[in-house]
Amino acid sequence: MRLGLVLGEVGSGLRRNVSMVVAVVLVTFISLTFVGTAALLQLQINQMKGYWYDKAQVAVYLCTETDTTGNCTGAKATQDQIDGVEAQLSSQVLAPFVDRSYFETQDEAYQRFTTQFADSPATEFVQPSYLNETFWVNLKDPTQSDVLTESLSSLAGVQSVVDQRGYLDPIFSVLNAASYTAIGIAVLMLIAAVLLIATTIRLSAFSRRRELGIMRLVGASNRFIQTPFILEGVIAALVGSVLAGGALIAIVNFFVKGYLVTTFASTPFIGLRETAIVVPLVIVIGIALAALSANVAIRRYLKV
Amino acid sequence: MIRFDEVTKVYSGNPRPALNSVTLEILKGEFVFLVGASGSGKSSFLRLVLKEEKPSKGQIHVLGQKLGTLSSRKVPYFRRNLGVVFQDFRLLPQKSVFDNVAFSLQVIGKSKGFIQEAVPDVLKMVGLVGKQQRLPHELSGGEQQRVAIARAIVNKPSILLADEPTGNLDPSTSAGIMTLLERINAGGTTVIMATHDAGIVDQMQRRVIELSAGNILRDERHGGYQTQAVPIQAIGVEDLSLRGADE
Repeated sequence: MRLGLVLGEVGSGLRRNVSMVVAVVLVTFISLTFVGTAALLQLQINQMKGYWYDKAQVAVYLCTETDTTGNCTGAKATQDQIDGVEAQLSSQVLAPFVDRSYFETQDEAYQRFTTQFADSPATEFVQPSYLNETFWVNLKDPTQSDVLTESLSSLAGVQSVVDQRGYLDPIFSVLNAASYTAIGIAVLMLIAAVLLIATTIRLSAFSRRRELGIMRLVGASNRFIQTPFILEGVIAALVGSVLAGGALIAIVNFFVKGYLVTTFASTPFIGLRETAIVVPLVIVIGIALAALSANVAIRRYLKV
Repeated sequence: MIRFDEVTKVYSGNPRPALNSVTLEILKGEFVFLVGASGSGKSSFLRLVLKEEKPSKGQIHVLGQKLGTLSSRKVPYFRRNLGVVFQDFRLLPQKSVFDNVAFSLQVIGKSKGFIQEAVPDVLKMVGLVGKQQRLPHELSGGEQQRVAIARAIVNKPSILLADEPTGNLDPSTSAGIMTLLERINAGGTTVIMATHDAGIVDQMQRRVIELSAGNILRDERHGGYQTQAVPIQAIGVEDLSLRGADE
């Protein structure tokens, strides 16, 4: 096969349909940017899950003097009750699940409260006795907090057993919804891109039907006939996907690294390492879809 | 070289077959005229030889290949052994004479060196020396047909199919084209030419196959165009009565 000839055909095809080619480039650009954003968002969710779930603990709140919720009767948990909870935590039933645990007294809780809400007027009213004594438990597998809840929440002197992961779930479900929305938009745009590529290739083939007829007549192989058209689609899609890759890098660089990281310093964010995985993926998707749809579009002209 | 075994071709939407159980054989080096009215099946015959169509029934052998079993992937390679010329020339208007001929070699992957040698040779053979860089619209009809013939034979095919190659040309230009086809035939290429041109057929005295409504009406060596109504009518009636007896 003669490369120069094939590339010449590709060039003339792209020039002839320049407006359609620009449309293909733009549609693939936008659709793949959505695909890439959805992928980055999923990576971000995974990263945050890994980070926060690792830190999330199960809190076993004990009764205070004023508490009447849970098993509490308005009396502070006694030392016996505290020892009972501790014994349960180190018993044969629970010990295999527990990574480590520590007891937080009311004074320690007050210390933490005052530093955490230093600027809040609430610190002036809160007394150490208002705050729960707490067993903070780190689990080996953070998903198995149910075991702890079941075995501890019925004990006397225990106000409640709370898995901190519960606080995170709404955040993750919002992020998940955003990423599924991005995927949904991306799929619609990709369908448009595929149809547009197919139409462009058909148009290109139609404007060259004399050449195609002669090629078939003199016995040019199917591969020789279809290669320029497939390359035409692939090149247009490649430009679009490279632009999408550039957009993703820009988003991560300027929005995530430039804005989010400085604004939410305590949260881990994806960086260029994750982008380096997503960008090639996006480019491969773009090229594969273009090759496929161009191949289908040109097949009608190859029937013998 | 070409053998049809009871070949029937029916196009969808038309109950009358374009070819009706046609059996014939064309040998290597023959010059054959296909004659008959429009719609008699001449073009269908040529398209079947090219494997542009599949027969509805029957077997076709071309150049030792059974076309029914030829995979569509191999069809392009099979076609490289055939040259085709049409009434409307089918040249690429924006390519020069040289490039038109070279194009057919480029697309089957011939080397630049081969093309540089073969194209001037074949243009010389068809009598277009000095017109290599002209565009098709700068040439006369006869010259355009010579370019088309050059394109058809530049790859040295064993068979040349011509579908009314003189249909658009005046008699003297046609005669020139016929001389060229005769010369190509003398070089060993089998030539099959569909035509309405009685003068040419009568003058050449070659094998004539006459088709009518998809049937072979006659197949004679050294025949003429023979449009005289009487014998055709006679054979036609006989043919009809035979078919009646069959049913």
